[in-house]
Amino acid sequence: MTAGDAISIAASVRSGERSATDVLEEHLARIAEREPELHAFNLLTEEHARAAATAVDERVASGDDPGPLAGVPVAIKDNICTRGVATTCSSRILEGWKPPYDATVVERLAAAGAVMVGKTNLDEFAMGSSTENSAFGPTRNPVDPTRVPGGSSGGSAAAVAAGFAPVSLGSDTGGSIRQPAALCGVVGVKPTYGTVSRLGLVAFGSSLDQVGPFAATVADAALVSEVIGGHDPGDSTSIAAGFPDVSSRLGDGVAGLRVGVVTELTGEGTTPDVAARVRAAADALADAGATVEEISLPSVRYGLSAYYLVATAEASSNLARYDGVRYGLRVEAPTTGEMMELTRTEGFGDEVKRRIMLGTYALSAGYYDAFYNKALKVRRLLRNEFDAAYRSVDVLVSPTSPTTAFPLGARSDDPMTMYLSDVCTIVSNLVGHPAMSVPYGEGDNDMPVGVQLMAPALGEPTMFRVAAELERSLR
Amino acid sequence: MSERITTDDVAKVAKLARLRLRPDELTRFTEQLDAVLDHAEDLQTLDLDDLEPLAHPAELSNVLRADRVGALLDRDEVLASAPQAENGRYRVPPVLGEAP
Repeated sequence: MTAGDAISIAASVRSGERSATDVLEEHLARIAEREPELHAFNLLTEEHARAAATAVDERVASGDDPGPLAGVPVAIKDNICTRGVATTCSSRILEGWKPPYDATVVERLAAAGAVMVGKTNLDEFAMGSSTENSAFGPTRNPVDPTRVPGGSSGGSAAAVAAGFAPVSLGSDTGGSIRQPAALCGVVGVKPTYGTVSRLGLVAFGSSLDQVGPFAATVADAALVSEVIGGHDPGDSTSIAAGFPDVSSRLGDGVAGLRVGVVTELTGEGTTPDVAARVRAAADALADAGATVEEISLPSVRYGLSAYYLVATAEASSNLARYDGVRYGLRVEAPTTGEMMELTRTEGFGDEVKRRIMLGTYALSAGYYDAFYNKALKVRRLLRNEFDAAYRSVDVLVSPTSPTTAFPLGARSDDPMTMYLSDVCTIVSNLVGHPAMSVPYGEGDNDMPVGVQLMAPALGEPTMFRVAAELERSLR
Repeated sequence: MSERITTDDVAKVAKLARLRLRPDELTRFTEQLDAVLDHAEDLQTLDLDDLEPLAHPAELSNVLRADRVGALLDRDEVLASAPQAENGRYRVPPVLGEAP
């Protein structure tokens, strides 16, 4: 048995010690065993993967270096475009659509030698926190298949937790990478807004969406972030600074760093088992030489309301393009107007309809100032509060999710309770800052607990250092 | 139920968003949206007068690219994914007036 993390796999493939083909077949065997039970994937791309693995092996044989992810199997969330390979967003409305281009992040993974094994399940258009809102059925949590994997990137989180691929990509609009990472016991990263290209990520909330990695280790998450990150001229919201170097700093430790535990996110609403693990993480950082203090961000509790107004407003605009004309489903009708209405009615699931309607309402005449504009001012208030906090601390710590993974069906009838799953994660998207979830032991029922680390814009080097220290403290 | 949003409001919004709701859906969606708007009432308690709205974290404006012809998507490949295409264009049912 050889090490299964991406860095070890790439090292052994580059040195010729293992072939990419053998690595791929090991992972496909694991997929064949548990995928029928878990449903992490909407589509397996074995043929494409075997061809890609063979190409990597040929390059190694000819003396070439296929790159830092040589032969590493990756799973891609099914709202990220893959040329010629169906991309569904787990929605009926994109039925039959094959994108005519690859997302920049997919191109960069391939250029680094990675091998895509499949497209992973999600809540339809990334709207949800449990991966139950999929037109193709729910994904189950590999740790306990009676429970949800979290969402919306539940398929990508489950794929890594089940060993189907050492790393995967998700997207995070309000916690959709970090919350499932926490619930499945893996590492998940939402990078600083603008450091990872959104070209080819199907848009949900354009000012909030970021692509990021899932991995079993902090070092793998760092490496994949560096590979997919960096300026992209094809994304006008991509920042010039690119993605910071994080891998070389993972061993630096936390001595002298100032860590703030967010009071408002660790009290009421957080279950005691989760709160205990966050305290244990803070203690571990203190033991390693960091200064740990409680810090108050009084407005974070308003983040949830602001988020559900901003995200749905942007979604109502972004999802206007699904009209039966250019791609996917069309329900035939005598006029174009009726065709569009019937197509959207049949193509979208309930949660997507709810959010489109909420967003349309928040933007409509008479309500714009009361809702949307007010939410944008709260966003500024939050940004100001975070900026003030980062004058006295380097990173912030909180739970990623107020609870561990809940049973399937437990929250599906009550949208507001489901939205509360995101209370700790949404603020980072509103302000555009980086955040990540690091697994830190188990809570009740032996379910994983994730600790969230937050940092100021481009603060990834420090954030990853702290993550690496937490990982070490559990060894 | 606090009635922050009525079934008439939801029917209007659905029409704007080109969604058709059955009567039972209209009732259910109205209740669910009312609960979300009820939660959002917490924002009304804040004094936000002195704050500039933050629409986007990067606060960018007018990002321009060089005016050069670059690679374009292949038209046939793009149209291959359309529900109906004809002579290099998308085909749709009549837009105005009666069906033929």
